[in-house]
Amino acid sequence: MTTTSPPIVQMRGIVKRFPGALANAGVDFDLLPGEIHALLGENGAGKTTLMNILYGLYMPDEGELRLYGQPVAFSSARDAIAHGLGMVHQHFMLVQTLTVSDNIILGQRSPRSPLLEDTKKVHQRLHALSERYGLAIDPAAELWKLSVGEQQRVEILKALYRGADILILDEPTAVLAPQEVDELLEILHRLTEEGKSIVFISHKLDEVLKTSDRITVLRDGKVVATVKPADVDKQMLARMMVGRDVLLTVAKGVAKPAEPRLRVIDLWANSDRNLPALRGINLEVRSGEILGIAGVAGNGQSELEEVIAGLRRETSGRVQICGQEATHSTPRQIGQMGLAHIPSDRYRMGLLPDFTVAENMFLQRIGDPPFTRRGFLNWNMIRSKAQELISAYNVRGATGDTTAGSLSGGNAQKMILARELTRNPKVLLAAQPTRGLDVSAVAYVHEQLVKQRDGGVAILLISTELDEILALSDRIAVLYEGEVVGVIDAANADINEIGLLMAGSKHMEHSEATA
Amino acid sequence: MTAPISELPAHPSRARSLARALGAPLVGGIMGLSIGAILVLLAGANVGEVYWAMLRGAFGGQRQITETFLKATPLLIVGLGLTVAFRARVWNIGGEGQFFMGALFGSVIALSFPNLPQPLLLMMMLMAAAIGGMLWALLAAYMKVRWNVNVIISTLMLNYIALFFVLYMARGPLQDPGGYLPESAQFVAAARMPHLFGTRIHLGVLLAFLLVPFVYVLLWSTPLGFRLRAVGSRASVARYAGINVERAILFVMGFSGALIGLAGIIEVSSLHTRLKGDISGGYGFTGILVALLGRMNPVGVAVASILFAALIIGAESMHVVSGLPDALADAIQAIIVLSVLAVDALVRRRQNR
Repeated sequence: MTTTSPPIVQMRGIVKRFPGALANAGVDFDLLPGEIHALLGENGAGKTTLMNILYGLYMPDEGELRLYGQPVAFSSARDAIAHGLGMVHQHFMLVQTLTVSDNIILGQRSPRSPLLEDTKKVHQRLHALSERYGLAIDPAAELWKLSVGEQQRVEILKALYRGADILILDEPTAVLAPQEVDELLEILHRLTEEGKSIVFISHKLDEVLKTSDRITVLRDGKVVATVKPADVDKQMLARMMVGRDVLLTVAKGVAKPAEPRLRVIDLWANSDRNLPALRGINLEVRSGEILGIAGVAGNGQSELEEVIAGLRRETSGRVQICGQEATHSTPRQIGQMGLAHIPSDRYRMGLLPDFTVAENMFLQRIGDPPFTRRGFLNWNMIRSKAQELISAYNVRGATGDTTAGSLSGGNAQKMILARELTRNPKVLLAAQPTRGLDVSAVAYVHEQLVKQRDGGVAILLISTELDEILALSDRIAVLYEGEVVGVIDAANADINEIGLLMAGSKHMEHSEATA
Repeated sequence: MTAPISELPAHPSRARSLARALGAPLVGGIMGLSIGAILVLLAGANVGEVYWAMLRGAFGGQRQITETFLKATPLLIVGLGLTVAFRARVWNIGGEGQFFMGALFGSVIALSFPNLPQPLLLMMMLMAAAIGGMLWALLAAYMKVRWNVNVIISTLMLNYIALFFVLYMARGPLQDPGGYLPESAQFVAAARMPHLFGTRIHLGVLLAFLLVPFVYVLLWSTPLGFRLRAVGSRASVARYAGINVERAILFVMGFSGALIGLAGIIEVSSLHTRLKGDISGGYGFTGILVALLGRMNPVGVAVASILFAALIIGAESMHVVSGLPDALADAIQAIIVLSVLAVDALVRRRQNR
């Protein structure tokens, strides 16, 4: 690492405005050759916007970008790639049915156009690259056969193949299992040893401290500080990120669990690929408690959510809600048994973007009185009730007639929250309830969940954010490869222990989440 | 009733959306007429005269207006039926087949019970036609729900089966015992649509226009309509909200099939007065254009059906007056429809940006 050499990327006073938001408010950012530079910040802090500017996807409204000391202005990602930049997006840009090498030459001009490039030569070059950087990727492999971690390495390989010297990775660890994270970090070090420079976007403090040479913290589109990991600790970074002392726990009293309301008994279910995703889950959630499901994404969370909500068929096992058999019930029947559901995927499940906020507010109940009278929708009632909820839950920028698709993520989530909580649930299934929300919205959602708990609702919280699980749960069940590998009382939860359970390297003796 | 106007996809304001709803077809129509004018010139005719003949042919007097409304009737009913299906994003392309099956079922009643009193006979004919169209559409819906068979393909194929089945019936079991042509015996007077107000306007026309508010209320003032539109907006969300998506598909197909079946028997009983092979003239397909041009809004569909009918009637009269080939009239018709759709799509794209 050569911290004395001049920076290869210099961004000065970068300003980027979006309608209604200032994403970057005069950001300075330097990347030194051969360093791993972490870009840390909350959702919406402007990390991704800044890097999209560097990668040519956005044009800055103000500010200057220098590469190797020369001012540049990229008008497209193609420009940026030609200047030696490469980006690995959070959602991979890969075609599942093609091979690795086909994915890599896709969209590239072939040297012998109109014919495609010679596959053998491409394979040879990819082999060499893969070996040099320890990527362990077979160019002939079909993409769908690769794990998520391997697909990510294909993205890295693609960038390298196109001649990238500067790599931008957007939250690369969010999709990875812990072992894969370690493999990735190793590869990143290997890349810097070979002279590449890396920007690493993240909001996870541990891995940033562990991996990077320097850390730049962004908040509200501004740089808070650029620091070295040796000079800071987690608490300090968290404070910089959020702007105040971070309360890792929302204010909540001791849980007073009463009768069991949600029971999951030896539940098995398959994923969309028809592979077993849940393998014998046993859970029990009582009135007045929050049971948190911790785990790395992709370990059965969405299948568990969908089976409980009646959106996916189990292969065996049972679900009971308030003593009633919910196993083969429709979502409507399950709702009538007392389950409300904050879905993990807001846009695939939670709302109809081209319907109004008023229509979305009563999605499940619109056919019931008072919204329907004598067989006809009562629009005055629907509008006025919706307006009440909009005010009560502070859904900003909305009237009853606004389309739901025009709401920001936080306000859309508030709308869903309003809808689900006013159904007076007995059981609340909250899946990734704060995904993509900013700090204040997160705090609001957390507050509401605790309030529901104190009101006697049984809450099953499914979240891949360990901090959220720790902040809210009264008991924590760890999900690993479709099994509950441990249940811990939150009062004496040990983060290391949970981490080990999440990584699958430990298995508790009694793995049933029954109280 | 305060049904919302906000049912059309996200608009910044209602005034603008109204301007667009009216503006795009107008601009498109003028564009289409201008392009059509080139064709007329190339054919060596006077553009003004030709278009004037068209306009007069469609709206020039009571008789012409009556003809236009008669022509609009099957288009309107088919368009309304398809609107309900399309709102739920179920692409029923089988209007033609459902039209034929409705005509067949209704005709069987008309030919079997010639001695019933007219109100009863007509009621039974209409009901049978609705059932015939519904069953034919449900066949496709069932295949979709049970085996996930693509509705576009199944309805399209069922069209041919229905057409040839009707042809077979018309030259076989139902053939006029006293005739040689492949057609049934003529309906008795009681089995024909009674005329209203001393004009050629018949009961079917009235029925068609009464269906406009009916479909409107169904879609925007009932929980059922809400569910259908929710399924069309995003089926995965509808399912989450406890809506039975399969049932919605069955309903919209059955409903649109029933309406289209009605159109079939109304057309046969009022115009042809017997069952034969050439009763449709492509209403099942033209109805798709009517539904889309009417922006899947019942009022819009009514306007579109009248405009379409006017184009057809006007073109016939242009052919008679100017002596231009009717192929040219067809071409102008198609150009106008294309222009309206293209301008509409352009406006929509600009707004989404």
